[in-house]
Amino acid sequence: MTFPITVDGRSVPVVPGQTIGAALHAAGVRSWRSTRFGGRPRGLFCGIGVCFDCLVSVNGRAPERACLLEAAPGDEVTTS
Amino acid sequence: MSDVIVVGAGVVGAACAYYAARAGLDVTVIDRGPVAGGTTGSGEGNVLVSDKEPGPELELAVLSNRLWRSLAQRYGGDGGFEFEAKGGLVVAETPEIQERLAGLAAKQDVEHTLVPAGSLRDYEPHLAGDLAGGVLYPQDAQVQPMLAAAALLRHAARSYGQGALRLRLGTAVTGITRSGGRATGVRTSKGDVRGGAVINAAGTWGGEVAALAGVDLPILPRRGFILVTEPLREPLIRHKVYTAAYVTNVASDSPELETSAVVEGTPAGTVLIGASRERVGFDRTTSVPVLARLAGQAVALFPTLRDVRAIRSYCGFRPYCPDHLPVIGPDPRMPGLYHACGHEGAGIGLAPATGHLLAQLIAGHRPDLDLSPFRPGRFSEEDQ
Amino acid sequence: MTYDLVVVGGGPAGVAGALTAVRAGLRVALVDSGARLGGQYFRHCAVPGAVPGAVPGAVPGAVPGLGRFLRQARALGERADVLLRHQVWSAAREPDATLAVHGVTPSPEGERPVVLRTRRLLIATGAYDRPLPFPGWDLPGVLTAGGAQALLKGSGVVAGRRVVVSGTGPFLLPAACGLAGAGARVLGVYEAGGALGLARRPLLALDKAGEAARYAVDLARHRVPYRTRQAVVAAHGEREVEAVTVARLDKGWNIIATRVVECDTVAAGYGFVPQIELGTQLGCGTRHDVDGSQVLTVDTGQRTTVPGVWAAGEPTGVGGWRLSELEGRVAGLAVVADSRALHAGPATGTAPREGAARAVPGVLVRRRVRWRRFGEALQRAYPVKPGWQGWLRDDTLVCRCEEVPLARVREAQDLGATDARSIKLLARPGMGWCQGRVCGYALSCLAGEPPQPPRRPIAQPVTLGALSESGEASAGVTVDGTGGARADDPPSHPNPPTRRNS
Repeated sequence: MTFPITVDGRSVPVVPGQTIGAALHAAGVRSWRSTRFGGRPRGLFCGIGVCFDCLVSVNGRAPERACLLEAAPGDEVTTS
Repeated sequence: MSDVIVVGAGVVGAACAYYAARAGLDVTVIDRGPVAGGTTGSGEGNVLVSDKEPGPELELAVLSNRLWRSLAQRYGGDGGFEFEAKGGLVVAETPEIQERLAGLAAKQDVEHTLVPAGSLRDYEPHLAGDLAGGVLYPQDAQVQPMLAAAALLRHAARSYGQGALRLRLGTAVTGITRSGGRATGVRTSKGDVRGGAVINAAGTWGGEVAALAGVDLPILPRRGFILVTEPLREPLIRHKVYTAAYVTNVASDSPELETSAVVEGTPAGTVLIGASRERVGFDRTTSVPVLARLAGQAVALFPTLRDVRAIRSYCGFRPYCPDHLPVIGPDPRMPGLYHACGHEGAGIGLAPATGHLLAQLIAGHRPDLDLSPFRPGRFSEEDQ
Repeated sequence: MTYDLVVVGGGPAGVAGALTAVRAGLRVALVDSGARLGGQYFRHCAVPGAVPGAVPGAVPGAVPGLGRFLRQARALGERADVLLRHQVWSAAREPDATLAVHGVTPSPEGERPVVLRTRRLLIATGAYDRPLPFPGWDLPGVLTAGGAQALLKGSGVVAGRRVVVSGTGPFLLPAACGLAGAGARVLGVYEAGGALGLARRPLLALDKAGEAARYAVDLARHRVPYRTRQAVVAAHGEREVEAVTVARLDKGWNIIATRVVECDTVAAGYGFVPQIELGTQLGCGTRHDVDGSQVLTVDTGQRTTVPGVWAAGEPTGVGGWRLSELEGRVAGLAVVADSRALHAGPATGTAPREGAARAVPGVLVRRRVRWRRFGEALQRAYPVKPGWQGWLRDDTLVCRCEEVPLARVREAQDLGATDARSIKLLARPGMGWCQGRVCGYALSCLAGEPPQPPRRPIAQPVTLGALSESGEASAGVTVDGTGGARADDPPSHPNPPTRRNS
């Protein structure tokens, strides 16, 4: 029914078809990025790829929007 | 009634206003838009000595560089406009180009260091490995151009009396008023403004303002695109880094598209990537092939940029004169009319010297530099 | 290969337009950034029922029209190239007068550029939430109403346990009902506007009474209070939202009285912003809609002011999914007529337009007019009032990306910025990742001007590597659509262009 991904080393369950952002939010992780000037916590805001608040890095790639990106088994997500 | 009316609130107009106010003159600055709404708002903020061939423009650039530094120092270190003496690094793709760069540097007579290929990464750790060397110009600097224009106007008002500087934005100049052949002020969308001298600092639109006075100034737009990357957490690029082709392109007369890699980081964390040049009028349509070329050249210079995202781009129109020199000085065809425009891609860098020299002239002093190479009449037949 | 039509956007407008064209025998590609077709309204989970405690919003049938949409999407997938997970960053005119649609798609090796060449383009890029800033609006747990909906519809995730819904417009109702139906405790729906608006407007009552009544029943069933002239004016918390200040507002949205409500989530929205930058990249004419938004100007055949470019759905004015679907169909018919006129013989210049006019049955035209009026009436019924600016403090962020507080905006104005663009140049609001999509409306209000057409030459971030390859791709390399691509299996890019040597 679910598969795990890791987020900064921690395991998070994903229902197939869920975005990485949704899986994090469902797991109670509501912020995973801090802003570069004020260090403010950020997570999902617009949820549809417009605001870029939810950026994560997946498998070492350049930052991507967690709200758009469907999680795949084995994904290693790192936050900043 | 002002002593001086400055048409244009870009960085050159702001510098003219600043130095005129400092010279004790009353100034009115008029712009049809906001502060820095034209080419100033589309630039990178270059304060360069490295890219100038030896000659009058280099002398102007060296003086201006010194003035930018003292302005920054006087107003809090960064001047309120993010002055950063980051230095410029010109890199060569082949040993032949490196030799030419070294030759140019020797003739320029400005502070520089030859950097052998093996030492390039001491200066820029992410540079591509196949370069033949470079020249470092420590005087090259950068400012945030919009803030620079706004701050110069603000500093002028604060330092030399609020009454000494009036700013009229959203006011279009529609004519030059005259009496007995002499300019006496300007006609605007919001009424006439009288002044002892009128400075045309309208940048790329300087030819249009000159036309209002019935004089001809051959200033044409030369379009350039800049790519801006996502903000990076760690600065990737320390200097302004560009290839030798940039110097050639700056001096070229071709209307065709020319691009060369100019790459630098900003205090906001973004990387700015230029530079393209083409004469296509005031067409703002984005050209994907141009952006692609700029991206490709930047990646060739800094391979690590391959996975960095471009998030926006913008274009601007450099005020281009056929001989690549700005127009600075009194117009012989209309007493009272002065020009300070046509700086092409160097307007930010050359602004303080332009304002300083014109203010000296208008206040009746002998300018620190000979302005004759920049004289407005040089394009007319009588002059030749 | 050159397509007859490329459609950007896989919501109701895009799918209807693409399907209409493909059924008439045109060679069509549809591009969408999502993993599944649907857009915002028809967003749905990958595996219906896979989510524990089955979420109503995620099940086909619960959203009116979803079943039919999914059938259409399947039909489209069988006949057109459907490219999912593709972000379109540019639409440009090529020297040979065709259009190039530039996109990127993720791949294990990194981002890959994709270029589609087409004779015609249909812009069906939808809209996104229009947020207003307030103190604490950047705390995690504050979402847009559409964001909360998207979580629920697309991933079956309920945004929070104790949720407050705030903003203006009829869209707050489905958002609240969805959350309540999925098990969240919705503490209140705070509508900043004067009243439901629906009852007062006969036109609205006529068309939408059924739906409004259903939401009213739903809210009552879940005991969700619906309060007009009230809004969340501040969010509080350390690392995330712990409470909000709810204010009673006067007619102009100035604060009369406040109280604190403990909650863990806020879903807020003040209308929508149509996504039109592909149109403005191509030079399409725009107008101000009733709600102040910039929208693309279109004629009765959904044709923009630029030849070969059509627009349908929210980019031509916010009006809901029914209008979007209708406009998509109309655009599709007009595109087909244009294509036939092209093949019929020597072009006369005016023929395509006349053909297009004949191609759209009068009944569709009339229905479109009626729904468009309805959309405008809704916009008129839920205006944003200027009092919200008084909710902001000096340190309230206006721009979330560049972290620009109100004080810096005011400073820029003091320095000589007279419009939103010059404020942006001096203080950086709108210069960050989102390119002013989130703060654009608020910033133009603060600048005292109506929103201007977006200038976003790069509509979506694109890696410099992919961008550098787009130039050569533009010179001729396109996706070789093999036809019959499945909706969930976008065609791959067979010839990744080689790197430019410079």
